[in-house]
Parts: sequence; C-alpha cells; structure tokens
Amino acid sequence: MTKIVVAVKYVPDATADRTFEADNTVDRENVDGLLSELDEYAVEQALQVVEAGEGEVTVLTVGPADAADAVRKALQMGADSGVHVEDDAIAGSDAFATSLVLAKAIEKLEYDMVFFGMASTDGSMGVVPTLVAERLGLPAVTYASEVTVEGDTVKIRRDSDAATQEIEASGKVVVSVTDQTGEARYPSFKGIMAAKKKPVEEWTLADLGIDASEVGLDNAWTKVESYTPRPPRTAGEIITDEGDGGVKLVEFLASKKFV
Amino acid sequence: MSEVLVLIDALEGKVTKPSLELLTIARRIGEPSAVVFGAADTGVLAEYGAEKIYTFDDAAYSEYLVAPKADGVTQLVKEKSPAAVLVPSTTEGKEVAARVALRTESGLITDAVDVTVDGGTITTTQSVFAGNFTVAAQVTKGTPIIAVKPNSAAPEQASGAGAVEAVSAEVAEVSKTAKITSNKPKETSGRPELTEAAIVVSGGRGTGGDFSDVEALADALGAAVGASRAAVDSGWYPHTFQVGQTGKTVSPQLYIANGISGAIQHRAGMQTSKTIVAVNKDDEAPIFELVDFGVVGDLKQVLPQATEEIKKRKG
Ligand SMILES: Cc1cc2nc3c(=O)[nH]c(=O)nc-3n(C[C@H](O)[C@H](O)[C@H](O)COP(=O)(O)OP(=O)(O)OC[C@H]3O[C@@H](n4cnc5c(N)ncnc54)[C@H](O)[C@@H]3O)c2cc1C
Ligand SMILES: Nc1ncnc2c1ncn2[C@@H]1O[C@H](COP(=O)(O)O)[C@@H](O)[C@H]1O
Repeated sequence: MTKIVVAVKYVPDATADRTFEADNTVDRENVDGLLSELDEYAVEQALQVVEAGEGEVTVLTVGPADAADAVRKALQMGADSGVHVEDDAIAGSDAFATSLVLAKAIEKLEYDMVFFGMASTDGSMGVVPTLVAERLGLPAVTYASEVTVEGDTVKIRRDSDAATQEIEASGKVVVSVTDQTGEARYPSFKGIMAAKKKPVEEWTLADLGIDASEVGLDNAWTKVESYTPRPPRTAGEIITDEGDGGVKLVEFLASKKFV
Repeated sequence: MSEVLVLIDALEGKVTKPSLELLTIARRIGEPSAVVFGAADTGVLAEYGAEKIYTFDDAAYSEYLVAPKADGVTQLVKEKSPAAVLVPSTTEGKEVAARVALRTESGLITDAVDVTVDGGTITTTQSVFAGNFTVAAQVTKGTPIIAVKPNSAAPEQASGAGAVEAVSAEVAEVSKTAKITSNKPKETSGRPELTEAAIVVSGGRGTGGDFSDVEALADALGAAVGASRAAVDSGWYPHTFQVGQTGKTVSPQLYIANGISGAIQHRAGMQTSKTIVAVNKDDEAPIFELVDFGVVGDLKQVLPQATEEIKKRKG
C-alpha cells in the first residue's frame, strides 16, 4: 500500500494573455486558470505507481477558490481524494511561504511519497519541491525524467547538460518529475463521473496551525518592483518560396551581416 | 568592500562560461569569492576577478544529490555574511540556492537575466510569461540569493588575488539520503553551446524526423542546433537541445526556426532573440508573427538551397 500525495498548482493559462495585478502579483482573476500542465506529469507518474501495486493518490493544492478546478481535474484523471488549502492570507505568497503551507498540509496527511511537477508554469522557479523536502527533512529526488518505485525505494533518472544520473532514495521521499516522464492521460468519461463522488477536504491556515504573519505578499522575502511588457516586434518581411526561397533567405542574412 | 559568494560550475575541472559571467556580475556588488566543490581551474577564477577561492573537498559532493553542497554554502553564508550569493540558474544551482535561502531566511530570485546595483541596492531583471514581460525585483530579507541565467553578462577579465582557502563543512545525515548511483557524462556535439551560440538553427515536427538539412545549414553558419519539443518527444533529437519552456532559453543574434509552428511554450525559449527567421510551409503559422524574415515554403527545398548559397558566397 503506497500512499502518494501529489502537489498540484492552479495556474493562469499560458496560451491566454497573462498579466499582473496593481500590486505586481500575477493576475489570477482575469485570466482563465487550469491545472498546471507540468503537474499533470506528476499526477500521471503517481497513478502509474499505485496502479502497478496497491495504493492511493491524494492531490493537494494551495490556492484561491478556483484552484478547486485543478483538484477536480486530477481526480478525473484518477486520483482518489483531494485537499484544497484556501485562505485569503495566503494570496501573494512567495515560494518559501507556499512550501510552508504545503509542508504543514503534507504532515497532516498519511503518506509514503510526495510527487511534484518540475516547476509551475507561472512562477516557474522549480524550487518548491526542494523547499518542502528541506522543511520535512526528507530526501529529494528531483527533475526526474524517469521514475521507478521498488518497495519503499524510489529510483530516478536525471538528465542535465553535463551528465545522465541515476539517483535513489528510500523511506519517505520527495520526487519531482519533468515532462520527459511521458504523456499524461486524459480524463475518461468514467473518470469524470467518478470524480464527482471523490472526497475533497478544505483546509485553512488555522487547520494547519500557521499564523497569517508567516505567509502572504507582505511577508514575502522578495518583491517585484515593476513589470514591463516586451516591446512589440516590428512586422517582418514574409516571402513565398518560388524556387529561390533559399537564396532570398541568404540575401536577408547577408544584409544583416550574418553571412 | 564586502564579499560576494559565487557558486562555480566546472566540468572535469574546466570552469564553465556562465560561472565566469557570474564572477563579472559579482564585481558590480563587491569582491567575488568563488565557491568550488571538487576540482576547478583556480587560475581562471583569479583571472576573472576571484579574490578568494573557497574549495570544498568531500566524497559526499559527488555521492549525493545537491544537499551536501547546500550544507557547505550555508556555512559560508553564516560565517562570511556576504553582500550576496550568486549561483548559476541550473537545476542544481537553484536547488542549492533554495536550501541555503530557507536555512538563512534569505530571499531568492531565480532565472535573473541581469543584475544591477544602485547605492547598494541590488535589482534583478527576469523575463516572465514566455518572455512577454520583464520584471524588476529585489530581495527584501536576509542575504540576496540570486540564480543567474547563462549569457546575462559578457565575462570580463580582472586580476583577482585568487587566494585559495580549503574549507570543510559538516555534511548533515539528512543530506546523504538521495544517493547518486550512476553518473554518465554526456558527449558534446562539437557545435557551439546552445545557450552561448550567436546563431541557433532549429528544427521541429516539420523536419519529419530528418535533421540533416537543419544541421547542414547550422554548420554553414557556424551555429548551434536547437529543436522543438515535438521533435524531441518524437525521439528525433536529444532533449539537451530542446528550446522552450521546459528546455533551454536562448537569446542569440540570429534564430532560424524551421518547421516549427511557434507555440507559446517554444516562444518562451527564443522570443528575445535579436533577429528571427522562420521557414514554414503554413503561411498562418504563429511563428511568422515574430519574424524579421520569413519564407513560406518547404524546408526540404529552402534549407539545402540556402546552405549551398552560403557556401558559394564563402567561396
Ligand atoms: C507544459 C508544456 C511545456 C512545453 N515546453 C515546450 C518547450 O520547451 N519547447 C517546445 O518547443 N515546445 C514545448 N511545448 C510544446 C508546444 O506546445 C508545441 O506542442 C511544440 O512546440 C510544437 O512543436 P513544433 O512546432 O515542432 O510542431 P507543430 O506544432 O506540429 O508544428 C510543425 C510545423 O511544421 C510545419 N511544417 C510541416 N512540414 C513542413 C515542411 N516540409 N517544411 C516547412 N514547414 C513544415 C507545419 O506547418 C507546422 O507549422 C510544451 C507544451 C507544454 C504543455
Ligand atoms: N500553490 C501550490 N499548490 C500546490 N503545489 C504547488 C504550489 N506551488 C507549487 N507547487 C508544486 O511545486 C512545483 C514547483 O513549483 P515552483 O517552485 O513554483 O516552480 C509545482 O510543479 C507543484 O507541484
């Protein structure tokens, strides 16, 4: 029986026009949100682990009311239960505060492993898994491009520019997975129906024994001073190949002194 | 002037270019002290301005993932109270930085593309939302810990004292729990480093799996080769060469996208390139919104002709 908690984030849709609020935080109101695509890979890997043996997957999210959508999607994919931590005081939290809330919530759950995505698609720091491991005093096997679980040992492959590594850890473990681990499944009709009956717990900071002064924008350890949209690119020249497209391309390159 | 700790990346002793960039940026803040785990060419570090070089030597650094290095850096931060800590914005660099930041209650900024100092205040620039915005940010608590992307500065030589000081730090038991059981160094392609290249020629699903036209054009231009995730996922090109949100961010003088549609996640890795060229047979491909010059056509015709033409001009 392997109990896996998967931390998933509700993020603004990358294909929409993402922008900021007046306080320089990410606009989460006016842009449609969804379960971070990179966290779907974590849900998928967790489901594969329990399907290969016996176990349960609980998805955990920290976020505003709409973040319930992210939990629902993961339940539709096949996770067994959900936990949604929502509290106005959490708004604007940095990675440190988020990791605190996640760690406290995980401690309240029964678990053997905690899975994460490699990075959120909005903040994309890629540090929350490490921070949660640090707070819980657990081994962290991160940026996995392949995950294998044997008993209570997790083995991963980790690819960097310099090397391909194999890493393993035993006991309670924190794992983060990349989008190299293999496509995530789509919810089936059966999955969508079943999700409606799955239990979702709603917790606040008080349930986790966290004081409001430990989280939120005012207590962040960094601040965004300003944001500037990228200047629009001036429209370029587009030609249709009529047998001389390659030559024309090189003429352009030569005009810019690349050739 | 106060110390600035710079975490050095070295491959078999050879200091990487991004590490030299960090030393250059560190001099804007204070006196650079290089922090080295294992072996690194200390001469080069001094040539690029390192006043001090702290070297750590313990089998744990190569036997366990990341955490032992965080123990070392944490100890230095506590002992030296540096003005800032700079690390390469790699997965490992960011994970070391995150642990050190939490332990020393310091703010962390990742993926900085520039660092400026004004009256002692350090401000970073980050490129966010797929490169659609730049953000200026500051650390407001503890020691500023900043992970800096490659190519954020041109490395400048400056003679530093380069005083080597061997230090040892206790490696906590909990840091010895993620064991590295195998480590296979990757082979290099012989082409310029993707993130450092002045020109990048990349291919996507439109190559149909044959990258030879893309590679030939790249070689004629002395360029690096990149790939879209569709091409990588199909097994046509190694993941190390993926450009985009979950691959590399490149910002070359010239980016040539071939058979790539220009999805937001691909743009995230290339849209700050100075000049953008695309070859795509679909005149409605979103990549054309970005280009300085575009060819609507079949890359299998256009690329070989372009490669020929370049060779002809070179004589
Ligand atoms: C969380 C997440 C992260 C992602 N990260 C990345 C990333 O890091 N990098 C990345 O690239 N993608 C990434 N993607 C995927 C991205 O959304 C696109 O699916 C991908 O970029 C598409 O690759 P492509 O342009 O090669 O393929 P397609 O979108 O299929 O486009 C192929 C193009 O080739 C053209 N074409 C076909 N044949 C020819 C020919 N003979 N000559 C000329 N043109 C031709 C077609 O007209 C088409 O425009 C990510 C997606 C998600 C959800
Ligand atoms: N608010 C959140 N709720 C749940 N999980 C999160 C949250 N923020 C980050 N995570 C997890 O941490 C990973 C890395 O996030 P980040 O460090 O923000 O890039 C994500 O892929 C998620 O698995």
